[in-house]
Amino acid sequence: MTIDNPFALSCPAPLPDGERIQMAHGGGGRAMARLLDEVIRPAFGDAELDRRHDGALLDIAGPVAFTTDSYVVDPLFFAGGDIGTLAVNGTVNDLAMCGARPLYLSVGLILEEGLPLETLRRVARSIGSAARAAGVRIVTGDTKVVDRGKADRLFINTAGVGHIVARAPIGPQAVRPGDAVLVSGDIGRHGIAILAAREGFGFETAIESDCAPVAAPVLAMIEAGIEIHCLRDLTRGGLASALVEIAETAGRAVALTEKSVPVRPDIASACELLGLDPLHVANEGRFVAIVPAGEADRALEIMRRFDVARDATAIGAVAEGPAGQVSCRGPLGVARAIDMLNGEQLPRIC
Amino acid sequence: MKFREEYRDGEAAALLAAEIARTVTKPWTLMEVCGGQTHSIVRYGIDTLLPPKVTLVHGPGCPVCVTPVEYVDKAIEIALRPETILCSFGDMLRVPGSHSDLFAAKSRGGDVRIVYSPLDALAIAKAEPARELVFFAVGFETTAPANAMLAWRAKQEGIGNLSLLVSHVLVPPAMRAILDGLDSRIQGFLAAGHVCTVMGTREYEPIAARYHVPIVATGFEPIDILEGVLMCVRQLEEGRAEVENQYRRIVRRDGNEAALKLMSQVFAVIPRRWRGIGDIAGSGLGLAPAYAHFDAEHRFGAVSTHDEAAGECISGQVLRGVMKPPDCPAFGTRCTPEHPLGVTMVSSEGACAAYYRYRGLAPAKEPVA
Repeated sequence: MTIDNPFALSCPAPLPDGERIQMAHGGGGRAMARLLDEVIRPAFGDAELDRRHDGALLDIAGPVAFTTDSYVVDPLFFAGGDIGTLAVNGTVNDLAMCGARPLYLSVGLILEEGLPLETLRRVARSIGSAARAAGVRIVTGDTKVVDRGKADRLFINTAGVGHIVARAPIGPQAVRPGDAVLVSGDIGRHGIAILAAREGFGFETAIESDCAPVAAPVLAMIEAGIEIHCLRDLTRGGLASALVEIAETAGRAVALTEKSVPVRPDIASACELLGLDPLHVANEGRFVAIVPAGEADRALEIMRRFDVARDATAIGAVAEGPAGQVSCRGPLGVARAIDMLNGEQLPRIC
Repeated sequence: MKFREEYRDGEAAALLAAEIARTVTKPWTLMEVCGGQTHSIVRYGIDTLLPPKVTLVHGPGCPVCVTPVEYVDKAIEIALRPETILCSFGDMLRVPGSHSDLFAAKSRGGDVRIVYSPLDALAIAKAEPARELVFFAVGFETTAPANAMLAWRAKQEGIGNLSLLVSHVLVPPAMRAILDGLDSRIQGFLAAGHVCTVMGTREYEPIAARYHVPIVATGFEPIDILEGVLMCVRQLEEGRAEVENQYRRIVRRDGNEAALKLMSQVFAVIPRRWRGIGDIAGSGLGLAPAYAHFDAEHRFGAVSTHDEAAGECISGQVLRGVMKPPDCPAFGTRCTPEHPLGVTMVSSEGACAAYYRYRGLAPAKEPVA
């Protein structure tokens, strides 16, 4: 059966296995309607989508955070996640970093002609279950198909809206000298997981991405009244880029101690082999929280209640200056400068 | 990781630094040959632990830095041909040729692929038999065996669509050239541990005798380097000039026999031009006559040598240990990793990149913490 067979278009039989995405699946006609009805809407599982309106009609009271991100990761599936879980968690985490409770997502799919339908099914199911796990609703979406060779299998854009629950603005401007720098867990897993999946290094132990939603520990800290000065999720560019960005915007210095930065032994070994600095390796389920030093212990205690942040720890402190400088005290007691990575360590990791 | 933390131990480092300080009575200038050692020194601040009388200068052991500009140009030319796939180690992609680099060639449609092992290139050649695969074989003695294995396997398996653009270099002739230089101030060497893993330490014995310099085969971890410095300084203080082996857990006097045998089958010693340094007799490896048909220069035209345009960059002096990166007026201002004037600012093993990355703009700046 092919989709451009007029008889098939009216056939109520489910989409057969082994079928591939064709241009008609993005054409706005029957084929697309069937794709949405049989693959996308059931996977996303939200009543708002079932209304088949042009947009979602929502009622949000109070200040709102709004963010968007596009996902082009290669490979689409990797240990610990896939492009679908990334697309949900990435945007959910961006909202959480604004001190917002994530509420609604949009999902835009750009599909390459020839994509196996089973691949789309798997990704759509991941998107749905990741959204349910993160407690957000997918309320609107879009699907486009481009000619074979004009995209690489599957790209996703998600935008998200959240209700701001933080009482004071969270951001680099709020960072003060003496603040404690906390990280929510071990770093570098996503980047190494992607590299291992892509290059087939065959490490002895499976290295899984840390891809996860981190809103829960953030919201718990806010609810407990922790005075959070700054939050930043660690994605491309790793811990180093996040801290350099914060230090530059805040006009402060950040001093780390290398031995306090949590890196799993297998990640450390992989980084050694590949000549990578774990501080520059990507993460998808980790964040930095900057809080007054006096709040650090309580913040860590709250974060550690959640599985996603059970290894949260303090890694350094904010200093008066020099503005924008991040340094890291190494095992010999000598501090080195930490900078953003020049260029890309790895393309298309998220 | 076993055998990593032990070699980065702060207390052991402090003890070695103290022993070096007790040993030194006169000023000594040592060169660490390998860019990997340079990065370790700058990253861990090993130089700051040494007494002021001991000066470490950085050597030519950055393979990417010394690859002649005309080979980069040739690689770009090959990469832009429609029928070719150019495979390279990732480090080479950012290296500037005369006008461009391989990243730019990739963005212009050239099929440039980063491989982690030369044998990955063999797999690609087999998977795409209609394309011509060219492997950019650069490096010192360390990468030569693996690159030789690529040519050997291609020959064994009769792979016709694979060739190598070879720009291999050898360490001992470069050390001789540095010592022959009128501006040389090197009194002892920390030889590159991984080069010695392949080659052994025998070939350094005539150099130590002829120039009366101590040469210590040294590893890459902080404790290795401090121990290498101590061994070198002890020799200098005692008036000895011997070849010693600090990297005993890996290096043997005779090297790796299997690797050496393979290299001798596939490669032959030839004269080589070094970027920033110039022509050095017998300092390179090219494909041996039996492998001539795997030479990319035979398939795609010979690399034409031309004189490098003189510019502001002092990388030649940096690579010979005459100057240090912060001595350059352009360092960190007109020359950064994003806008490099020379390769030493680009490569992950380049001395200028190490200072820029780990010391920020002001190399002598006090640590914040």
